[in-house]
Amino acid sequence: MKLAAVVGLAALAALAAAPLVLEPYPLTLLLQFFAYGLALLGLNLLFGYTGLLSFGQALFVALGAYSAAVCTRKLGWHSFELVLGVAVVTAVVVAVPVGLLCVRYVSIFFGMLTLAFGMLFHSFLFKFYTVTGGDGGMLVERPSLLGMRFSEMDKTTFLTRPFYWYALGLLAVGTVVMWRLVHSPFGVHLSAIRENPRKAEYLGVEVRRLRLIAFVIAGVYAAVGGTLLGIRTGLADPELAYWTHSGNLIFMTVLGGFSSFAGPLVGAAVFIFLQDSLMSVTQYWRLVMGMVLVVIVVLFPRGLVGLAQALRARVIGWRRDARAD
Amino acid sequence: MPALIETRDVSKRYGSFNALSGVTLAIAADEFVSIVGHNGAGKTTLVNVLTGLLRPTSGTVTFKGMDVAGVGPVRLARLGMARAFQLVHIFPGLTVRQTLAVAVVSQTGKAFHFLTSLARDAQVQERVEAVARLFGFEQLDLEARSLSQGAKKLLDVASAFALRPEVILLDEPTSGVSTGDKHQIMRVLVDAAKSFGVKAIIQIEHDMDLVSEYSDRVIALHQGQVLADRPPAAFFGDAELVATVVGKRRVRD
Repeated sequence: MKLAAVVGLAALAALAAAPLVLEPYPLTLLLQFFAYGLALLGLNLLFGYTGLLSFGQALFVALGAYSAAVCTRKLGWHSFELVLGVAVVTAVVVAVPVGLLCVRYVSIFFGMLTLAFGMLFHSFLFKFYTVTGGDGGMLVERPSLLGMRFSEMDKTTFLTRPFYWYALGLLAVGTVVMWRLVHSPFGVHLSAIRENPRKAEYLGVEVRRLRLIAFVIAGVYAAVGGTLLGIRTGLADPELAYWTHSGNLIFMTVLGGFSSFAGPLVGAAVFIFLQDSLMSVTQYWRLVMGMVLVVIVVLFPRGLVGLAQALRARVIGWRRDARAD
Repeated sequence: MPALIETRDVSKRYGSFNALSGVTLAIAADEFVSIVGHNGAGKTTLVNVLTGLLRPTSGTVTFKGMDVAGVGPVRLARLGMARAFQLVHIFPGLTVRQTLAVAVVSQTGKAFHFLTSLARDAQVQERVEAVARLFGFEQLDLEARSLSQGAKKLLDVASAFALRPEVILLDEPTSGVSTGDKHQIMRVLVDAAKSFGVKAIIQIEHDMDLVSEYSDRVIALHQGQVLADRPPAAFFGDAELVATVVGKRRVRD
Protein backbone atom coordinates (compact mmCIF):
# COMPACT_ATOMS: atom_id res chain seq x y z
CA MET A 1 0.00 0.00 0.00
CA LYS A 2 2.64 2.51 1.10
CA LEU A 3 5.03 1.17 -1.53
CA ALA A 4 2.48 1.75 -4.28
CA ALA A 5 2.07 5.39 -3.23
CA VAL A 6 5.83 5.95 -3.15
CA VAL A 7 6.39 4.34 -6.55
CA GLY A 8 3.44 6.27 -7.99
CA LEU A 9 4.66 9.63 -6.70
CA ALA A 10 8.23 8.97 -7.84
CA ALA A 11 6.98 8.07 -11.33
CA LEU A 12 4.79 11.16 -11.40
CA ALA A 13 7.71 13.41 -10.38
CA ALA A 14 10.02 11.87 -12.98
CA LEU A 15 7.40 12.24 -15.73
CA ALA A 16 6.63 15.82 -14.70
CA ALA A 17 10.34 16.71 -14.92
CA ALA A 18 10.83 14.95 -18.27
CA PRO A 19 10.09 18.01 -20.51
CA LEU A 20 13.00 19.82 -18.86
CA VAL A 21 15.50 17.16 -19.91
CA LEU A 22 14.16 15.15 -22.83
CA GLU A 23 14.02 15.97 -26.53
CA PRO A 24 10.58 16.64 -28.04
CA TYR A 25 10.36 13.27 -29.79
CA PRO A 26 10.43 11.01 -26.71
CA LEU A 27 8.03 13.45 -25.09
CA THR A 28 5.49 12.87 -27.85
CA LEU A 29 5.91 9.16 -27.22
CA LEU A 30 5.21 9.78 -23.55
CA LEU A 31 2.07 11.68 -24.57
CA GLN A 32 1.03 8.57 -26.45
CA PHE A 33 1.72 6.61 -23.28
CA PHE A 34 -0.54 8.90 -21.22
CA ALA A 35 -3.34 8.39 -23.72
CA TYR A 36 -2.99 4.60 -23.85
CA GLY A 37 -2.41 4.44 -20.11
CA LEU A 38 -5.85 5.94 -19.52
CA ALA A 39 -7.52 3.63 -22.05
CA LEU A 40 -5.80 0.60 -20.52
CA LEU A 41 -6.71 1.47 -16.93
CA GLY A 42 -10.31 1.30 -18.10
CA LEU A 43 -9.82 -1.87 -20.13
CA ASN A 44 -8.18 -3.54 -17.15
CA LEU A 45 -11.16 -2.74 -14.91
CA LEU A 46 -13.21 -4.69 -17.42
CA PHE A 47 -10.73 -7.50 -18.12
CA GLY A 48 -8.40 -7.85 -15.14
CA TYR A 49 -11.00 -7.09 -12.48
CA THR A 50 -14.39 -8.04 -13.92
CA GLY A 51 -13.22 -10.83 -16.21
CA LEU A 52 -14.69 -9.47 -19.45
CA LEU A 53 -12.32 -9.22 -22.41
CA SER A 54 -13.45 -6.54 -24.84
CA PHE A 55 -12.16 -6.77 -28.40
CA GLY A 56 -13.85 -3.52 -29.29
CA GLN A 57 -12.34 -1.06 -26.86
CA ALA A 58 -10.86 0.96 -29.75
CA LEU A 59 -14.41 2.09 -30.49
CA PHE A 60 -14.29 4.31 -27.43
CA VAL A 61 -10.78 5.55 -28.15
CA ALA A 62 -12.03 6.63 -31.58
CA LEU A 63 -15.11 8.23 -30.04
CA GLY A 64 -12.83 10.39 -27.92
CA ALA A 65 -10.67 11.43 -30.86
CA TYR A 66 -13.72 12.20 -33.04
CA SER A 67 -15.30 14.14 -30.19
CA ALA A 68 -12.19 16.31 -30.16
CA ALA A 69 -12.37 16.72 -33.94
CA VAL A 70 -16.07 17.60 -34.01
CA CYS A 71 -15.74 20.04 -31.12
CA THR A 72 -12.68 21.91 -32.32
CA ARG A 73 -13.21 21.71 -36.10
CA LYS A 74 -16.95 21.66 -36.69
CA LEU A 75 -18.35 23.44 -33.67
CA GLY A 76 -15.47 25.74 -32.95
CA TRP A 77 -15.41 24.75 -29.29
CA HIS A 78 -11.77 24.97 -28.37
CA SER A 79 -11.91 24.58 -24.62
CA PHE A 80 -10.26 21.24 -23.85
CA GLU A 81 -12.37 20.87 -20.70
CA LEU A 82 -15.45 21.14 -22.90
CA VAL A 83 -13.96 18.59 -25.32
CA LEU A 84 -13.39 16.21 -22.42
CA GLY A 85 -16.95 16.74 -21.22
CA VAL A 86 -18.34 16.00 -24.69
CA ALA A 87 -16.12 12.90 -25.00
CA VAL A 88 -17.24 11.58 -21.61
CA VAL A 89 -20.93 12.18 -22.33
CA THR A 90 -20.63 10.61 -25.79
CA ALA A 91 -18.85 7.58 -24.35
CA VAL A 92 -21.58 7.10 -21.73
CA VAL A 93 -24.36 7.54 -24.30
CA VAL A 94 -22.78 4.89 -26.53
CA ALA A 95 -21.56 2.56 -23.75
CA VAL A 96 -24.91 2.19 -21.99
CA PRO A 97 -26.91 0.66 -24.88
CA VAL A 98 -23.92 -1.28 -26.26
CA GLY A 99 -23.09 -2.50 -22.77
CA LEU A 100 -26.68 -3.48 -22.03
CA LEU A 101 -26.49 -5.85 -24.98
CA CYS A 102 -22.93 -7.07 -24.47
CA VAL A 103 -22.94 -7.80 -20.74
CA ARG A 104 -25.68 -10.36 -21.20
CA TYR A 105 -22.90 -12.54 -22.61
CA VAL A 106 -19.55 -13.65 -21.25
CA SER A 107 -16.18 -14.93 -22.49
CA ILE A 108 -15.89 -15.30 -26.26
CA PHE A 109 -19.46 -14.17 -26.93
CA PHE A 110 -18.88 -10.93 -25.10
CA GLY A 111 -15.59 -10.49 -26.95
CA MET A 112 -17.13 -11.10 -30.37
CA LEU A 113 -20.05 -8.78 -29.72
CA THR A 114 -17.76 -5.94 -28.65
CA LEU A 115 -15.64 -6.65 -31.73
CA ALA A 116 -18.76 -6.40 -33.90
CA PHE A 117 -19.74 -3.05 -32.41
CA GLY A 118 -16.20 -1.76 -32.90
CA MET A 119 -16.23 -2.74 -36.57
CA LEU A 120 -19.70 -1.28 -37.01
CA PHE A 121 -18.39 2.04 -35.79
CA HIS A 122 -15.34 1.73 -38.03
CA SER A 123 -17.59 1.24 -41.06
CA PHE A 124 -19.67 4.21 -40.03
CA LEU A 125 -16.57 6.41 -39.83
CA PHE A 126 -15.36 5.06 -43.12
CA LYS A 127 -18.55 5.34 -45.15
CA PHE A 128 -20.16 8.55 -43.90
CA TYR A 129 -17.72 10.70 -45.73
CA THR A 130 -19.64 13.95 -45.36
CA VAL A 131 -19.85 13.66 -41.58
CA THR A 132 -16.59 11.97 -40.68
CA GLY A 133 -14.26 12.65 -43.58
CA GLY A 134 -14.14 8.95 -44.47
CA ASP A 135 -10.71 7.39 -44.74
CA GLY A 136 -9.08 10.82 -44.53
CA GLY A 137 -10.43 11.31 -41.03
CA MET A 138 -11.06 14.68 -39.43
CA LEU A 139 -8.56 17.28 -38.36
CA VAL A 140 -8.33 18.14 -34.69
CA GLU A 141 -7.41 21.73 -33.90
CA ARG A 142 -5.33 22.83 -31.00
CA PRO A 143 -7.55 23.26 -27.94
CA SER A 144 -7.23 25.83 -25.19
CA LEU A 145 -6.23 24.49 -21.77
CA LEU A 146 -8.00 26.07 -18.79
CA GLY A 147 -8.90 28.98 -21.04
CA MET A 148 -5.33 29.54 -22.27
CA ARG A 149 -4.72 29.25 -26.03
CA PHE A 150 -0.91 29.26 -26.10
CA SER A 151 -1.13 30.67 -29.63
CA GLU A 152 2.40 32.06 -29.47
CA MET A 153 3.79 28.49 -29.20
CA ASP A 154 4.54 26.28 -32.17
CA LYS A 155 2.81 22.92 -32.27
CA THR A 156 5.68 20.91 -30.82
CA THR A 157 6.21 23.24 -27.90
CA PHE A 158 2.49 23.22 -27.16
CA LEU A 159 2.36 19.43 -27.19
CA THR A 160 5.53 18.84 -25.19
CA ARG A 161 4.98 21.51 -22.54
CA PRO A 162 1.48 22.64 -21.48
CA PHE A 163 -0.41 19.83 -23.15
CA TYR A 164 2.08 17.27 -21.87
CA TRP A 165 1.59 18.35 -18.27
CA TYR A 166 -2.15 18.54 -18.71
CA ALA A 167 -2.23 15.01 -20.09
CA LEU A 168 0.03 13.77 -17.31
CA GLY A 169 -2.36 15.35 -14.82
CA LEU A 170 -5.28 13.53 -16.42
CA LEU A 171 -3.43 10.22 -16.22
CA ALA A 172 -2.53 10.86 -12.57
CA VAL A 173 -6.12 11.68 -11.65
CA GLY A 174 -7.37 8.72 -13.70
CA THR A 175 -4.92 6.41 -11.92
CA VAL A 176 -5.91 7.58 -8.44
CA VAL A 177 -9.61 7.27 -9.24
CA MET A 178 -9.10 3.78 -10.68
CA TRP A 179 -7.03 2.75 -7.65
CA ARG A 180 -9.89 3.80 -5.40
CA LEU A 181 -12.45 2.04 -7.58
CA VAL A 182 -10.71 -1.31 -7.48
CA HIS A 183 -10.08 -1.07 -3.73
CA SER A 184 -13.66 -0.07 -2.92
CA PRO A 185 -16.61 -2.26 -1.93
CA PHE A 186 -17.69 -1.96 -5.59
CA GLY A 187 -14.27 -3.29 -6.61
CA VAL A 188 -14.49 -6.44 -4.49
CA HIS A 189 -17.85 -7.22 -6.08
CA LEU A 190 -16.28 -6.90 -9.53
CA SER A 191 -13.53 -9.34 -8.53
CA ALA A 192 -16.16 -11.76 -7.25
CA ILE A 193 -17.85 -11.60 -10.67
CA ARG A 194 -14.55 -12.42 -12.36
CA GLU A 195 -13.87 -15.36 -10.06
CA ASN A 196 -17.30 -17.01 -10.00
CA PRO A 197 -20.37 -15.12 -11.21
CA ARG A 198 -22.81 -17.78 -10.03
CA LYS A 199 -21.52 -17.83 -6.50
CA ALA A 200 -21.39 -14.02 -6.60
CA GLU A 201 -25.12 -13.89 -7.35
CA TYR A 202 -25.86 -16.02 -4.32
CA LEU A 203 -23.90 -13.57 -2.22
CA GLY A 204 -26.13 -10.76 -3.44
CA VAL A 205 -23.86 -9.37 -6.18
CA GLU A 206 -25.81 -7.67 -8.96
CA VAL A 207 -23.72 -9.25 -11.67
CA ARG A 208 -25.18 -7.65 -14.81
CA ARG A 209 -25.59 -4.21 -13.37
CA LEU A 210 -22.02 -4.10 -12.10
CA ARG A 211 -20.70 -5.48 -15.39
CA LEU A 212 -22.53 -2.67 -17.17
CA ILE A 213 -21.07 -0.05 -14.84
CA ALA A 214 -17.57 -1.44 -15.39
CA PHE A 215 -18.18 -1.37 -19.15
CA VAL A 216 -19.26 2.29 -19.03
CA ILE A 217 -16.30 3.30 -16.86
CA ALA A 218 -13.94 1.51 -19.25
CA GLY A 219 -15.54 3.34 -22.17
CA VAL A 220 -15.13 6.72 -20.49
CA TYR A 221 -11.45 6.08 -19.75
CA ALA A 222 -10.86 5.00 -23.36
CA ALA A 223 -12.63 8.10 -24.70
CA VAL A 224 -10.55 10.43 -22.52
CA GLY A 225 -7.43 8.65 -23.79
CA GLY A 226 -8.78 9.06 -27.32
CA THR A 227 -9.06 12.84 -27.03
CA LEU A 228 -5.39 12.96 -26.04
CA LEU A 229 -4.43 10.81 -29.04
CA GLY A 230 -6.48 12.96 -31.42
CA ILE A 231 -4.92 16.19 -30.24
CA ARG A 232 -1.42 14.71 -30.26
CA THR A 233 -1.64 13.68 -33.92
CA GLY A 234 -4.02 16.49 -34.89
CA LEU A 235 -6.21 13.91 -36.58
CA ALA A 236 -9.12 11.62 -35.80
CA ASP A 237 -8.57 8.66 -38.06
CA PRO A 238 -11.00 5.76 -38.70
CA GLU A 239 -8.12 3.36 -38.09
CA LEU A 240 -8.42 4.28 -34.42
CA ALA A 241 -11.62 2.21 -34.36
CA TYR A 242 -10.21 -0.67 -36.40
CA TRP A 243 -10.05 -4.05 -34.68
CA THR A 244 -6.26 -4.26 -34.84
CA HIS A 245 -6.18 -1.17 -32.65
CA SER A 246 -8.32 -3.01 -30.07
CA GLY A 247 -5.84 -5.84 -30.48
CA ASN A 248 -2.98 -3.52 -29.62
CA LEU A 249 -4.78 -2.48 -26.43
CA ILE A 250 -5.07 -6.13 -25.41
CA PHE A 251 -1.43 -6.73 -26.38
CA MET A 252 -0.34 -3.92 -24.05
CA THR A 253 -2.47 -5.30 -21.22
CA VAL A 254 -1.06 -8.81 -21.60
CA LEU A 255 2.48 -7.49 -21.97
CA GLY A 256 2.30 -5.62 -18.67
CA GLY A 257 0.13 -8.20 -16.91
CA PHE A 258 -3.59 -7.91 -16.31
CA SER A 259 -3.50 -9.50 -12.88
CA SER A 260 -1.96 -6.40 -11.34
CA PHE A 261 -3.03 -2.79 -11.09
CA ALA A 262 0.11 -1.32 -12.65
CA GLY A 263 0.45 -3.99 -15.36
CA PRO A 264 -1.44 -2.17 -18.10
CA LEU A 265 0.47 1.07 -17.46
CA VAL A 266 3.79 -0.75 -17.68
CA GLY A 267 2.52 -2.61 -20.75
CA ALA A 268 1.54 0.61 -22.51
CA ALA A 269 4.91 2.24 -21.82
CA VAL A 270 6.95 -0.79 -22.91
CA PHE A 271 4.81 -1.36 -26.00
CA ILE A 272 5.10 2.22 -27.21
CA PHE A 273 8.85 2.50 -26.74
CA LEU A 274 9.54 -1.02 -28.02
CA GLN A 275 7.43 -0.47 -31.13
CA ASP A 276 9.10 2.85 -31.79
CA SER A 277 12.63 1.53 -31.48
CA LEU A 278 11.87 -1.61 -33.51
CA MET A 279 10.30 0.45 -36.29
CA SER A 280 13.48 2.49 -36.63
CA VAL A 281 15.58 -0.68 -36.85
CA THR A 282 13.64 -3.07 -39.06
CA GLN A 283 10.62 -3.11 -41.29
CA TYR A 284 9.79 -6.50 -39.82
CA TRP A 285 8.94 -4.94 -36.46
CA ARG A 286 5.51 -6.57 -36.43
CA LEU A 287 7.17 -9.96 -36.53
CA VAL A 288 9.37 -9.10 -33.55
CA MET A 289 6.40 -7.72 -31.62
CA GLY A 290 4.52 -10.94 -32.34
CA MET A 291 7.40 -13.00 -31.00
CA VAL A 292 7.54 -10.85 -27.88
CA LEU A 293 3.85 -11.52 -27.33
CA VAL A 294 4.33 -15.28 -27.76
CA VAL A 295 7.20 -15.32 -25.28
CA ILE A 296 5.20 -13.32 -22.74
CA VAL A 297 2.09 -15.49 -23.02
CA VAL A 298 4.01 -18.77 -22.88
CA LEU A 299 6.65 -17.96 -20.29
CA PHE A 300 5.24 -15.09 -18.25
CA PRO A 301 1.46 -15.26 -18.36
CA ARG A 302 1.32 -12.71 -15.57
CA GLY A 303 3.18 -10.22 -17.76
CA LEU A 304 6.16 -8.02 -17.00
CA VAL A 305 4.76 -6.88 -13.67
CA GLY A 306 4.11 -10.50 -12.69
CA LEU A 307 7.69 -11.31 -13.66
CA ALA A 308 8.99 -8.42 -11.57
CA GLN A 309 6.92 -9.54 -8.60
CA ALA A 310 8.23 -13.09 -8.89
CA LEU A 311 11.83 -11.82 -9.04
CA ARG A 312 11.26 -9.56 -6.05
CA ALA A 313 9.79 -12.45 -4.05
CA ARG A 314 12.82 -14.56 -4.97
CA VAL A 315 15.30 -11.88 -3.94
CA ILE A 316 13.54 -11.43 -0.63
CA GLY A 317 13.66 -15.21 -0.20
CA TRP A 318 17.41 -15.28 -0.88
CA ARG A 319 18.03 -12.53 1.61
CA ARG A 320 16.04 -14.38 4.23
CA ASP A 321 17.97 -17.57 3.54
CA ALA A 322 21.25 -15.68 3.75
CA ARG A 323 20.28 -14.20 7.07
CA ALA A 324 19.23 -17.61 8.38
CA ASP A 325 22.66 -19.10 7.55
CA MET B 1 -46.18 -18.17 14.63
CA PRO B 2 -46.53 -17.55 10.90
CA ALA B 3 -44.34 -19.63 8.63
CA LEU B 4 -41.11 -18.16 7.28
CA ILE B 5 -41.21 -20.22 4.14
CA GLU B 6 -44.31 -21.79 2.72
CA THR B 7 -44.98 -23.81 -0.38
CA ARG B 8 -48.49 -24.62 -1.50
CA ASP B 9 -49.12 -27.47 -3.85
CA VAL B 10 -45.85 -26.92 -5.70
CA SER B 11 -45.18 -28.99 -8.78
CA LYS B 12 -42.27 -28.88 -11.17
CA ARG B 13 -42.42 -30.79 -14.41
CA TYR B 14 -39.66 -31.35 -16.94
CA GLY B 15 -41.52 -32.59 -20.00
CA SER B 16 -43.36 -35.64 -18.80
CA PHE B 17 -41.17 -36.07 -15.74
CA ASN B 18 -42.59 -34.85 -12.44
CA ALA B 19 -39.64 -33.66 -10.40
CA LEU B 20 -41.98 -32.36 -7.72
CA SER B 21 -45.70 -32.93 -7.37
CA GLY B 22 -48.05 -31.34 -4.89
CA VAL B 23 -45.44 -30.33 -2.32
CA THR B 24 -46.99 -28.37 0.52
CA LEU B 25 -44.89 -27.47 3.50
CA ALA B 26 -44.30 -24.68 5.95
CA ILE B 27 -41.10 -23.91 7.80
CA ALA B 28 -41.27 -21.70 10.86
CA ALA B 29 -38.65 -19.80 12.80
CA ASP B 30 -36.26 -21.70 15.07
CA GLU B 31 -36.38 -24.85 13.02
CA PHE B 32 -33.55 -26.97 11.71
CA VAL B 33 -35.06 -28.96 8.89
CA SER B 34 -33.40 -31.81 7.07
CA ILE B 35 -34.60 -32.86 3.65
CA VAL B 36 -33.83 -36.49 2.92
CA GLY B 37 -34.49 -38.86 0.06
CA HIS B 38 -32.89 -40.89 -2.73
CA ASN B 39 -30.99 -39.29 -5.56
CA GLY B 40 -33.66 -38.10 -7.95
CA ALA B 41 -36.30 -37.79 -5.24
CA GLY B 42 -36.56 -34.05 -5.93
CA LYS B 43 -34.44 -32.62 -3.09
CA THR B 44 -32.35 -30.29 -5.17
CA THR B 45 -35.33 -29.24 -7.28
CA LEU B 46 -37.15 -28.37 -4.07
CA VAL B 47 -34.26 -26.28 -2.81
CA ASN B 48 -33.97 -24.59 -6.21
CA VAL B 49 -37.65 -23.72 -6.03
CA LEU B 50 -37.34 -22.48 -2.44
CA THR B 51 -34.41 -20.25 -3.37
CA GLY B 52 -36.24 -18.72 -6.30
CA LEU B 53 -33.89 -20.19 -8.86
CA LEU B 54 -36.61 -22.27 -10.47
CA ARG B 55 -40.15 -21.14 -11.06
CA PRO B 56 -42.52 -23.97 -10.17
CA THR B 57 -44.82 -25.26 -12.91
CA SER B 58 -47.71 -24.75 -10.54
CA GLY B 59 -48.22 -23.78 -6.91
CA THR B 60 -46.88 -20.90 -4.85
CA VAL B 61 -43.72 -20.28 -2.83
CA THR B 62 -43.65 -17.52 -0.26
CA PHE B 63 -40.86 -16.23 1.95
CA LYS B 64 -41.94 -13.97 4.81
CA GLY B 65 -45.30 -13.70 3.10
CA MET B 66 -43.85 -12.56 -0.24
CA ASP B 67 -44.22 -14.51 -3.45
CA VAL B 68 -40.68 -15.49 -4.38
CA ALA B 69 -41.34 -17.92 -7.24
CA GLY B 70 -38.45 -17.47 -9.68
CA VAL B 71 -37.20 -14.15 -8.26
CA GLY B 72 -33.57 -15.19 -8.56
CA PRO B 73 -30.73 -15.41 -6.09
CA VAL B 74 -29.75 -11.74 -5.84
CA ARG B 75 -33.14 -10.51 -4.64
CA LEU B 76 -33.53 -13.46 -2.33
CA ALA B 77 -30.16 -12.74 -0.76
CA ARG B 78 -31.38 -9.23 -0.08
CA LEU B 79 -34.63 -10.52 1.40
CA GLY B 80 -32.67 -12.66 3.82
CA MET B 81 -32.21 -16.10 2.34
CA ALA B 82 -28.76 -17.52 1.70
CA ARG B 83 -27.62 -20.74 0.12
CA ALA B 84 -24.50 -22.85 -0.08
CA PHE B 85 -24.02 -25.59 -2.64
CA GLN B 86 -23.12 -29.23 -2.51
CA LEU B 87 -20.19 -28.68 -4.83
CA VAL B 88 -17.86 -26.19 -3.29
CA HIS B 89 -18.25 -22.75 -4.82
CA ILE B 90 -15.41 -20.43 -4.02
CA PHE B 91 -13.68 -17.42 -5.53
CA PRO B 92 -10.30 -19.09 -6.14
CA GLY B 93 -8.28 -15.90 -6.51
CA LEU B 94 -9.86 -13.97 -3.65
CA THR B 95 -8.60 -14.13 -0.10
CA VAL B 96 -10.71 -15.36 2.80
CA ARG B 97 -11.16 -11.74 3.83
CA GLN B 98 -12.28 -10.65 0.37
CA THR B 99 -14.64 -13.59 0.01
CA LEU B 100 -16.44 -12.77 3.23
CA ALA B 101 -16.36 -9.07 2.36
CA VAL B 102 -18.30 -9.75 -0.84
CA ALA B 103 -21.23 -10.96 1.25
CA VAL B 104 -20.88 -8.25 3.89
CA VAL B 105 -20.81 -5.55 1.21
CA SER B 106 -24.07 -6.90 -0.24
CA GLN B 107 -25.63 -7.18 3.16
CA THR B 108 -24.70 -3.66 4.20
CA GLY B 109 -25.86 -2.28 0.83
CA LYS B 110 -22.46 -0.88 -0.06
CA ALA B 111 -22.03 -2.35 -3.54
CA PHE B 112 -22.36 1.13 -5.05
CA HIS B 113 -19.76 2.74 -2.83
CA PHE B 114 -17.32 3.40 -5.63
CA LEU B 115 -14.55 5.46 -4.11
CA THR B 116 -14.37 4.49 -0.44
CA SER B 117 -11.71 2.14 0.84
CA LEU B 118 -12.89 -1.37 1.60
CA ALA B 119 -9.87 -2.07 3.80
CA ARG B 120 -10.61 0.97 5.93
CA ASP B 121 -14.34 0.34 6.23
CA ALA B 122 -14.54 -0.55 9.91
CA GLN B 123 -18.11 -1.81 9.75
CA VAL B 124 -17.36 -4.24 6.92
CA GLN B 125 -14.06 -5.40 8.39
CA GLU B 126 -15.56 -6.01 11.84
CA ARG B 127 -18.31 -8.16 10.39
CA VAL B 128 -15.85 -10.03 8.21
CA GLU B 129 -13.66 -10.75 11.21
CA ALA B 130 -16.62 -11.83 13.32
CA VAL B 131 -17.65 -14.42 10.74
CA ALA B 132 -14.06 -15.55 10.28
CA ARG B 133 -13.62 -16.05 14.04
CA LEU B 134 -16.80 -18.04 14.31
CA PHE B 135 -15.73 -20.37 11.52
CA GLY B 136 -12.19 -20.64 12.83
CA PHE B 137 -10.37 -18.84 10.00
CA GLU B 138 -7.18 -17.37 11.36
CA GLN B 139 -5.24 -16.40 8.25
CA LEU B 140 -7.58 -14.06 6.46
CA ASP B 141 -5.15 -13.13 3.71
CA LEU B 142 -4.78 -16.63 2.25
CA GLU B 143 -6.20 -17.11 -1.22
CA ALA B 144 -9.20 -19.41 -1.28
CA ARG B 145 -7.53 -21.71 -3.83
CA SER B 146 -4.76 -22.50 -1.37
CA LEU B 147 -7.13 -23.77 1.36
CA SER B 148 -7.74 -27.43 2.10
CA GLN B 149 -10.91 -29.00 0.70
CA GLY B 150 -12.59 -28.90 4.11
CA ALA B 151 -11.65 -25.27 4.65
CA LYS B 152 -13.00 -24.38 1.19
CA LYS B 153 -16.30 -25.96 2.11
CA LEU B 154 -16.34 -24.07 5.39
CA LEU B 155 -15.53 -20.81 3.59
CA ASP B 156 -18.40 -21.41 1.18
CA VAL B 157 -20.81 -21.87 4.07
CA ALA B 158 -19.24 -18.99 6.03
CA SER B 159 -19.77 -16.61 3.11
CA ALA B 160 -23.46 -17.54 3.08
CA PHE B 161 -23.62 -16.80 6.82
CA ALA B 162 -21.85 -13.48 6.25
CA LEU B 163 -25.03 -12.32 4.50
CA ARG B 164 -26.66 -12.50 7.95
CA PRO B 165 -29.62 -14.33 6.46
CA GLU B 166 -32.80 -15.23 8.25
CA VAL B 167 -32.91 -18.56 6.49
CA ILE B 168 -30.01 -20.57 5.20
CA LEU B 169 -30.25 -23.48 2.78
CA LEU B 170 -27.39 -25.90 2.72
CA ASP B 171 -26.98 -28.57 0.09
CA GLU B 172 -25.06 -31.35 1.85
CA PRO B 173 -22.87 -29.09 3.96
CA THR B 174 -20.70 -32.03 4.96
CA SER B 175 -20.32 -33.91 1.67
CA GLY B 176 -16.75 -34.74 0.88
CA VAL B 177 -15.68 -34.15 4.47
CA SER B 178 -14.29 -36.86 6.73
CA THR B 179 -16.65 -38.32 9.34
CA GLY B 180 -14.74 -36.76 12.22
CA ASP B 181 -14.95 -33.32 10.68
CA LYS B 182 -18.65 -33.65 9.91
CA HIS B 183 -19.76 -33.17 13.48
CA GLN B 184 -17.39 -30.30 13.91
CA ILE B 185 -18.86 -28.56 10.86
CA MET B 186 -22.40 -29.16 12.07
CA ARG B 187 -21.61 -27.75 15.49
CA VAL B 188 -20.02 -24.67 13.91
CA LEU B 189 -23.14 -24.26 11.78
CA VAL B 190 -25.52 -24.48 14.68
CA ASP B 191 -23.42 -22.10 16.79
CA ALA B 192 -23.11 -19.66 13.90
CA ALA B 193 -26.84 -19.76 13.32
CA LYS B 194 -27.45 -18.95 16.97
CA SER B 195 -25.01 -16.09 17.22
CA PHE B 196 -26.07 -14.53 13.90
CA GLY B 197 -29.77 -14.78 14.53
CA VAL B 198 -30.40 -17.17 11.65
CA LYS B 199 -33.99 -18.19 12.18
CA ALA B 200 -34.07 -21.41 10.22
CA ILE B 201 -31.64 -23.83 8.64
CA ILE B 202 -32.77 -26.10 5.86
CA GLN B 203 -30.32 -28.73 4.74
CA ILE B 204 -30.19 -31.60 2.34
CA GLU B 205 -28.31 -34.38 4.06
CA HIS B 206 -27.49 -38.00 3.34
CA ASP B 207 -25.77 -38.81 6.59
CA MET B 208 -28.54 -40.12 8.82
CA ASP B 209 -26.44 -39.75 11.98
CA LEU B 210 -26.27 -36.04 11.35
CA VAL B 211 -29.95 -35.86 10.46
CA SER B 212 -31.04 -37.52 13.66
CA GLU B 213 -28.62 -35.63 15.88
CA TYR B 214 -29.08 -32.05 14.69
CA SER B 215 -32.46 -31.59 13.04
CA ASP B 216 -35.78 -30.71 14.61
CA ARG B 217 -37.70 -31.99 11.67
CA VAL B 218 -37.20 -34.40 8.81
CA ILE B 219 -38.92 -33.96 5.47
CA ALA B 220 -38.69 -37.13 3.41
CA LEU B 221 -39.11 -36.83 -0.34
CA HIS B 222 -39.87 -39.79 -2.54
CA GLN B 223 -40.55 -39.54 -6.26
CA GLY B 224 -41.22 -35.84 -5.98
CA GLN B 225 -43.72 -36.09 -3.16
CA VAL B 226 -43.52 -35.46 0.55
CA LEU B 227 -43.69 -38.90 2.06
CA ALA B 228 -43.20 -37.84 5.64
CA ASP B 229 -42.74 -34.63 7.61
CA ARG B 230 -42.08 -35.30 11.27
CA PRO B 231 -39.52 -34.99 14.09
CA PRO B 232 -36.44 -37.22 13.78
CA ALA B 233 -37.52 -39.58 16.57
CA ALA B 234 -40.81 -40.31 14.85
CA PHE B 235 -39.07 -40.60 11.48
CA PHE B 236 -36.39 -43.02 12.57
CA GLY B 237 -38.94 -44.98 14.61
CA ASP B 238 -40.67 -46.03 11.42
CA ALA B 239 -38.38 -48.69 9.96
CA GLU B 240 -40.46 -49.17 6.84
CA LEU B 241 -40.43 -45.44 6.07
CA VAL B 242 -36.69 -45.19 6.63
CA ALA B 243 -36.15 -48.17 4.35
CA THR B 244 -38.21 -46.56 1.56
CA VAL B 245 -36.54 -43.20 1.88
CA VAL B 246 -32.92 -44.04 2.46
CA GLY B 247 -32.64 -47.67 1.47
CA LYS B 248 -32.51 -50.81 3.59
CA ARG B 249 -28.79 -50.90 4.13
CA ARG B 250 -28.99 -47.71 6.16
CA VAL B 251 -31.35 -49.17 8.73
CA ARG B 252 -29.56 -50.15 11.86
CA ASP B 253 -30.94 -52.92 14.05
